[in-house]
Amino acid sequence: MPGLSGRMSVVIKSKISKLLDRAEDPAETLEYSYQKQIELLQNVKKGIADVVTSKKRLQLQEQKLRDQVVKLDTQARQALAAGNEDLARTALERKNVAQTELQSLDTQIGQLEQQQEQLTASEQKLRAKIEQFRSRKEVIKAQYSAAEAQVRISEAASGVGEEMADVGLAMQRALDKTENMKARADAVQELEAAGTFDDLTQLGPGEDDIDRQLRQLSSSSEVDSELAKMKAELGTGSGAAGELGAGASAGAEQEAGAGGQPSQGQAS
Amino acid sequence: MIVRISTEGQYELGDSDVEGLNELDNKAVASCESGDPEEFNATFQALIAFVREHGQPVPEETLEPSDVILPPPDVSFEEARAEFSGEGLIPG
Repeated sequence: MPGLSGRMSVVIKSKISKLLDRAEDPAETLEYSYQKQIELLQNVKKGIADVVTSKKRLQLQEQKLRDQVVKLDTQARQALAAGNEDLARTALERKNVAQTELQSLDTQIGQLEQQQEQLTASEQKLRAKIEQFRSRKEVIKAQYSAAEAQVRISEAASGVGEEMADVGLAMQRALDKTENMKARADAVQELEAAGTFDDLTQLGPGEDDIDRQLRQLSSSSEVDSELAKMKAELGTGSGAAGELGAGASAGAEQEAGAGGQPSQGQAS
Repeated sequence: MIVRISTEGQYELGDSDVEGLNELDNKAVASCESGDPEEFNATFQALIAFVREHGQPVPEETLEPSDVILPPPDVSFEEARAEFSGEGLIPG
């Protein structure tokens, strides 16, 4: 290694060498390392399966949250149309929380997808190297004297060994990240279990604590602006809309219905 | 010279690249030791980019061990730091 005194790489390399030293007794290099290679390949497959399982779980949760966002939006509109602004606000606050959660789930699912691709690529690379190792060892055995063959096979084995250590490291990191995501997914499930995203109409009294926490979680300015937008869409106006507004719009519907019938009668 | 980026793969670099690599590597370690995460991240990403740019990916069927092994591209400042106090990415 001419002139390279880079310390970071030296630390990493010496650690990997130590791992390899532990794993390899030169006398048993051949069969032992081949066995190890096959073993690790199985582990990589299992690691990929774990990542896929976690991804599916998050996707299920994502769908559930998506449904809840739609439901809470509908409820907010209904509440507002009925003139119950407080209930509408509560629904929007919950929707806000669910949406934030949804965004973070999206990110996590994206990360898992990337990890799955990386691990699949690593598995293929490792498989190619193991295959190469198997054919190389036969060639070496046929072409070189016993002592020389031992040296060359050791070299080849340490090349594969390094690849194995690296795939092992990649897998460990992927699994660590998956663990973190699981912890977060569990936290969301607890929120769900506590009724955070449940049907508002099913909430009894005494849920004030959840409401307080929700208010802290959700951004009030976002909720305010969404509420204002919803009001504008519903045509309830600002300020003292309330029941008066709801009554007026109900009356407008009746008028429209009444106006509709005669025109239908004329047409037929 | 063969350089491995951990969790990514091996790259073959020419002798003329050794100096540049060495410089960035030492800078990364220095920023790690002085406890500056931003400086570390910037330098370490430059180091990874240098290897990807100047190196040729080593073919899959090559069984050569690496001369140099760098930490994974997504290594955190804390992990890199722990690496120098004896623990870290690779146990033992």
